[in-house]
Amino acid sequence: MSAFHVPIPKVGTLVAVWATLIVLTGLTSYVSYFELGEWNIVVALLIAVTKASLVAWVFMGVRHSTTLTRLFCVAGLAWLMILILLTYSDYSTRNWTYQAQPWSTNKAAGTSR
Amino acid sequence: MLGMWTFLITEVLFFGGMFAAYAVYRNMYPDAFASTSKFMDVVLGGTNTAVLICSSLTMVLAVRAAQLSKRAHLILFLILTMIFGTIFLVIKGFEYHSKWVEHLVPGFDFQYDEPRYQHNAQILFFLYFAMTGMHALHMVIGLGLLTFLLVQAKRRIFNENYFAPVEMIGLYWHFVDIVWIFLFPLLYLIGHRR
Amino acid sequence: MATIAHGTPEIAAEEVNYLNVEHGWKSWLFTTDHKRIAFLYLISITAMFFVGGTMAVLFRINLLEPEGIFSSETYNRLFSMHGIVMVFFFLVPSIPATLANFLIPIMIGAKDLAFPRINLLSWYLYVFGAIFTIYAVARGGVDTGWTFYAPYSSTYSNSYVLSAVMGVFVAGFSSILTGLNFIVTVHKMRAPGMTWSRLPLFVWSNYATGLLQVLGTPVLAISLTLIAFERVAHVGIFDPNIGGDPILFQHLFWFYSHPAVYIMILPGMGVISEIVACFSRKRVFGYNFVAFSSMAIAVLSFFVWGHHMFVTGEAMYTSVAFSFLSFMVAVPSAIKVFNWTATMYKGSVSFDTPMLYAFGFIGLFTIGGLTGLFLAALATDVATHGTYFIVAHFHYVMVGGMVMAFLGGLHYWWPKITGRLYPEAWAKFAALIIFIGFNLTFFPQFILGYLGMPRRIHAYPPEFQALNVLSTAGASILGIGYLIPMIYFAWSIRKGPKAPANPWGATGLEWEIQSPPTTYNFDETPIVTKEAYDYGPLEEVVG
Repeated sequence: MSAFHVPIPKVGTLVAVWATLIVLTGLTSYVSYFELGEWNIVVALLIAVTKASLVAWVFMGVRHSTTLTRLFCVAGLAWLMILILLTYSDYSTRNWTYQAQPWSTNKAAGTSR
Repeated sequence: MLGMWTFLITEVLFFGGMFAAYAVYRNMYPDAFASTSKFMDVVLGGTNTAVLICSSLTMVLAVRAAQLSKRAHLILFLILTMIFGTIFLVIKGFEYHSKWVEHLVPGFDFQYDEPRYQHNAQILFFLYFAMTGMHALHMVIGLGLLTFLLVQAKRRIFNENYFAPVEMIGLYWHFVDIVWIFLFPLLYLIGHRR
Repeated sequence: MATIAHGTPEIAAEEVNYLNVEHGWKSWLFTTDHKRIAFLYLISITAMFFVGGTMAVLFRINLLEPEGIFSSETYNRLFSMHGIVMVFFFLVPSIPATLANFLIPIMIGAKDLAFPRINLLSWYLYVFGAIFTIYAVARGGVDTGWTFYAPYSSTYSNSYVLSAVMGVFVAGFSSILTGLNFIVTVHKMRAPGMTWSRLPLFVWSNYATGLLQVLGTPVLAISLTLIAFERVAHVGIFDPNIGGDPILFQHLFWFYSHPAVYIMILPGMGVISEIVACFSRKRVFGYNFVAFSSMAIAVLSFFVWGHHMFVTGEAMYTSVAFSFLSFMVAVPSAIKVFNWTATMYKGSVSFDTPMLYAFGFIGLFTIGGLTGLFLAALATDVATHGTYFIVAHFHYVMVGGMVMAFLGGLHYWWPKITGRLYPEAWAKFAALIIFIGFNLTFFPQFILGYLGMPRRIHAYPPEFQALNVLSTAGASILGIGYLIPMIYFAWSIRKGPKAPANPWGATGLEWEIQSPPTTYNFDETPIVTKEAYDYGPLEEVVG
């Protein structure tokens, strides 16, 4: 199959990536004990994205893969984003309408913040 | 190989539906969400994350051994991967058990200590169980696939010219790892200091 | 019959082909030959089509009387089961699992699909899904509508939601596997010289369909799983009484089910491209535009699902965005229609049966598509969403579009699939009957919807009766129209005259091999040197 010409990864690289992943896991757990407000979620997600990228890039061999495989990866993520962002756009803009009609704000209070 | 990548895309979107639901409900009920985090055991979750990362390392080493026709190494690393995977599931089982004892399983006599969050917390716990449960199901399937690889490796089927099944199941295993990499902060970490 | 371009019509009596190479039920149920699996699919979806069609006949009979004939509950179950069976068990697999399954490997010069065993597995999954659904029908059916909207489906409905949901869930995986197989096959199995710009447009459109199946269907699977959990354990995820949000279900459901509409129409568009080129004896006008419009439809279709939710409580600003995006998806569809008509322009058009269906498709799809624009407009949609206008609109696209294309494609490739010719005169007659019956059924529904008759209700005000009777009359004509091809196709398999390799004088790899093909399609891998639709200068064919 397509894998014949893939260079065999060095053990050192793999172990280094593994160590980085473990350190990042510790870091994200540690940071979560601090109150950073909205930044908690940002930091946690940034670290998670970094870790996932490392796994994909090295362990799953995307760094040596064809353009086509990379395109498929990007497409998977893009469609995930379409799903989440467009769905979320509904929920994030519902209250805009409520603000335009102050009399309904109290009714909506149970569901909004 | 392309087939496996395509399959993983469907998996991304399969989990994606639940991530979308999570995003919606987390922002709809931020306070109830914060109140649930005290029931999430960060130590157990963190340990499990580390265990899975180790299993990913042994998996990629198994693929490497297959590429180099090192049969003994291949078998060793496959067994190690399976051991890590089993440890993960055992720890997960303990977590589930404690939720059961604390009446935190949605739909089965769900009791929440803060009555005003009773309903909202139930949804969030349902998402916790749905996401981690679906992930655990994928782990179980992965263990089955690894067993299949192990049998084939013992039969000396793999060599430097034929190792595609090891590579493909490796991809699957890493993908399941990536899902957990996102589940861990989203379910265990965010908001537990709120 | 059209001209016989080359090759002699007589064929050796006992030529080995994929149909007679092996005998016995085992050779069919355990086959991995894409052509045999396509045949299995053809039989199964035809059976499901008649199940769904029976429901349609029954509720059209109900609507003869303003107060209805059946109880409202029976009516709800009839239209729900009609929708579920027709959408998930006929329209979605119709062209991809039969014609495309048969043709894609041959069209690209391959011996089989990339994963023959997964192909067989997908058929078994389809059958299991169908069995669950038939079980639900036999036990009394489902009354949620094909959309399974929560919280009705998850909390209140007393019908057999779980088994129907299970059936659709399993059939969904069948669809995913078909799409996955097509994507990998088109990427990896093309014969030497078969570049992307030489692919037949049928392959392009099915590739785009494969992307939709792979990217959309898992989200349907998860939303149905959540419905099932909610129904069994009552956890509240879609129940507004205990904090859930039913609109979330609609988001997840339509994220799949709007692209699913294009799963249902794109393969049909591919068939029409083939037929129009062959019976106009011309290259498809603007090949690149037609090919890329398939891809553009596939991508854009994921950005428009919110237009199903304009009246269900979706945020206003989101609706505005979705409305705008919905208009955009009309552009690639229009490109296709313009290119087909441009292909016919100054072509040497012949009126064989497949071409009649293609004409039907182009006309009816245009009506269905343009009324889609009415519904993409926010204000018009609010007025017409709950009415028969919607019913007419999507039946013009689904039945007038996809079923016409399916029948056209089936006639076009029937000689290749079975090695027999169908009776041309009967086929033309049936095409005419179907066209008349279809329009008589659904055009009155546009008017009914415009006048405000609500859909999904078993009774209606008496002043709507005339148009409803007209619609039911059309439905019975349409039903007879569907039975005629069924009969002469069954006759043709056994008794029809033997077909030559290329009865239409068409281009394409599938016409260069014998009819029916051998198990491995090609004796040796073909080398492609020409573009698709190389029909040459017009005067040569005419002269």
